Order: sequence, then structure tokens, then C-alpha cells
Amino acid sequence: MATVSTSDFKGGMKLMMDGDPYNILENEFVKPGKGQAFNRVKLRNLKTGRVLERTFKSGETFETADVVDTDMQYLYNDGELWHFMVVETFEQYGADEAAVADAKKWLKEQDICQVTLYNGVPIGVASPNFVELKITETDPGVRGDTSGGGGKPATLETGAVVRVPLFIGVDEIIKVDTRTGEYVSRVK
Amino acid sequence: MRAQLNRSIRTFFEDRGVLEVETPLLSWGTVTDPALTPFKTAYHRPGSSYSGDLYLQTSPEFAMKRLLAGGSGSIYQIVKAFRNEEQGRYHNPEFSLLEWYRVDFGLDQLIDEVEALILMLAASFGKGLTSRRISYQTLFLARLQCDPLESSFSEFQAKAEALGLPEASHLCGEDRATWLDLLFGHFIQPDLGRDALTVVIGYPAILPSLARSCPHDPRYVERAELFLAGMELGNGFHELRDPNEQRQRFERDLERRQDHGQVMLPMDQRLLEALRVGLPACSGMAIGLDRLLMALIGSSSLEDVLGFPIERA
Repeated sequence: MATVSTSDFKGGMKLMMDGDPYNILENEFVKPGKGQAFNRVKLRNLKTGRVLERTFKSGETFETADVVDTDMQYLYNDGELWHFMVVETFEQYGADEAAVADAKKWLKEQDICQVTLYNGVPIGVASPNFVELKITETDPGVRGDTSGGGGKPATLETGAVVRVPLFIGVDEIIKVDTRTGEYVSRVK
Repeated sequence: MRAQLNRSIRTFFEDRGVLEVETPLLSWGTVTDPALTPFKTAYHRPGSSYSGDLYLQTSPEFAMKRLLAGGSGSIYQIVKAFRNEEQGRYHNPEFSLLEWYRVDFGLDQLIDEVEALILMLAASFGKGLTSRRISYQTLFLARLQCDPLESSFSEFQAKAEALGLPEASHLCGEDRATWLDLLFGHFIQPDLGRDALTVVIGYPAILPSLARSCPHDPRYVERAELFLAGMELGNGFHELRDPNEQRQRFERDLERRQDHGQVMLPMDQRLLEALRVGLPACSGMAIGLDRLLMALIGSSSLEDVLGFPIERA
């Protein structure tokens, strides 16, 4: 694996620290006119998602992390692993619950997701920003109510629960923003 | 804007009878300060394949001191300086400096003058600005409840940990100067000069500089540092005149460089000769004009004030 020095740091660079892969979010060169130079760096742990700030002496070196983001199609869940496939190559990967994390409640078969591979193993899954899912359970629709105020909980085919307007009923398909978990619109 | 800044500075010094000078950017000798890395270039006399190494100045200090020793009287210049291995939001390897020396000025008089200059420049950019002076030790005690010289490394570490910097001890080890740079840079400097031009005085002698020791307390040096909008704008010293002490400091620097596996550099023998002839009692100040311009226009990156930052140079 290649090594990088603090002078190569830039946003988006992936490196190894304390045995975990990290993504550099921000890098600031800090140096008094007559004094020691440091790099103040904001990083995200790619396994846990935790963001932290660390200071390094300028010139410190690190191994780069073998981390790549790849678009894959979600296939199925076998009860333990969530399986994904690279459409072009038919390569398949199984992601465990820790890697799928919050994305699992939005995963619908055949949707394209971004899977983060670390040393060839999935460590993160990002669902599409918008997904279209069918409602499996909700209180009966109230005809005529289009105000959108208030709303009611609805369970989706993936098991996720979102608040929807009162006029939405079972078996309807809705569009959801997965970043906020909010209802966007009804899909005809 | 830069033209306006430079014009105002020249008028300010002309009105005060300070002479504008020009000194070489290239020199055979250079700084020994372990915190600075000069650019080096190979020189060829006509027809020669190699005539030795020349260094681009990291500041015009040594050349200007040679003029002072030659009897120039008070002088200033606006000039480019070069520092390798420095690049970031507040650093560009090539930058503009205003540097000036006042014969027979003590540090207090020099600070009076720098305050007058910066406040005048701020006013010319339509900014009302005030200034204040505060000691390095006072800042440490107020922000970190630590004394820069008396507190132990474990006290520093406890403070750094409480403030979210647990790696401090790994970074600084047993080196007090590095501890002070780290703590000051992370926890004190970002708040300095937010409401007024802030002049920090009373620097510990262990922080490298070319300042004279305080006559009444050799643990401190007669150095002033200038902060505006959280940025270090410049350094001023009551200048060291003793050629032997200057040589000792250079040698200490070089030992430190050797200990840290850094490149060894030739000390400026001509400066030492000039000090032996006699530097008049004087105080000097250097201000980074690019950062000053940033502060005056409220910018947060050097890119805003440089025509072509290094990546596009």
C-alpha cells in the first residue's frame, strides 16, 4: 500500500489510522512564523462513521487505505447478509448488518446503492437519496384531505415507517428522501 | 487594493523620515531556525558548471541589519520572502513582507508605531479598529490556567486532553517550545485579534527568535507578536546586538537541526561580521502583507488576495 505525508492531505483522501480506514474531510496547515508546523485534520472513521479532529506534526506519514466506493445493485437478504452485485461484472458481495446499518430500511431489491469496500469487504452502504416504496400498512385514507397537515405513520414494504399525509392509503407507492426519512410525494 | 495598501504604507514611513531600501533576495548565507526551510538554488558563474548554493531569503532581516550596521539609520522595505514547505489557507511559499527597523527605538515605541500604522491602514479601508497589548503569560493563565514556563508537561497534557487534543503529548514529548506552539496555536490564537488588533508581548526565551533578552528577567525576550482576525500578522523584536550570543543561537539552532535529521544550513557570516562592527540599538518589525490584506477585506483565505497562488503560479 502507498504511503502519504501530511503534505499530500486533501479532502476525500482515504488513509489508515490506528488500524481503521479514515476519510479526510478537512485539512488545515497550522504554523506560527517561528515555530513547529502542524496539520489539524477532520476525519471520518469509515467503519463507525464517527467524525473526529486530530492534529499531526507536518511531515508525518500514513498508509493509504484500500477503500473504494462502487455502485452495486441490491439483490436480496439471506437473514444474515445483504447481497449486492456489480452490474457490469456480476461480482457479488455480502454486507453484514454493521456495514448496511441505517441503509437497510430503505433497501429494495434491484435498487442501485453505493457500497464502500475496504480491502474488498463491504464496510458501508449508502442507499439512493430517493427511493420509491409501497405502503403495506397504514390507517385508511381520508378522502378529500389534501392539506398534508398532521399526517399519520405508514409502514413500507422494507419495514421502514414514515409519516405520510392522511389521504395516502395501503398499496400506494410513495417517494421518500432517505437522508431525512421524510415523505416526498405519491408516485402514480 | 494591494496598490492602495502599499501606497499608504509608503506615505506613512515617508512622513516619519524612514528610508525605503532594497536588498538582495538571494544570499550565500541563510537562516538556521529549525522551523524554517529556505529555498536553495544552484548558482553558475559565467562559464562555470557550479559555483555554490544561493538561498532565497525567508525575510530581509539579515541584509537590513547589515545596512543598519553600516549606518543607514531607520529603514523599511516592502519585499517578497520565500519559505519552503509552507502552504495552506494562511500560507503561500512566496509572500509579501513589510519589514522595518527603527534606530534607538525600544520595543514599546515600536509597538506604538505598528499600532498607528495598522489603525491608519484599517481606517483607509473603512474599518474602525482599536488595539490592545497583553502578555503571553497572561493569555496562557486566562485560557489554559497554565503557566508557559512553570507548568509541568503533565499539566499541559491534562489541559490538552480536557480540550479535545489527547494526542498532544505524543506530538510534543518533552519539548516545551513545541508544547507552547501547539497550545497557543490551537487554543489561544484563534480568538486573538477578533475585536481589536492584539499585540502579544513578553515571550518566553525558549521560543526561537532574534530578540534581546529582557534585562530584568532573562526567561523572557523582548518580542512582540501581532494578531488580527485570529491570524498571526507579524513579529517585532528589540534586536539582539551581541555577536557572540547571536552566534551561539545559530549554533544551538544547527544542533537542533542535526538532532532532528534536518538539512544543515550555512549561517550568515556577513551578518555576524556586521554585528561585530556594531549594530545600533534598534527595534524591528515584519508584517505579512497578504494576511494583513485578508484581515482588512474580511477574507478567510490567501487565495482571495494572491493573483496566482503557488498551485497556479
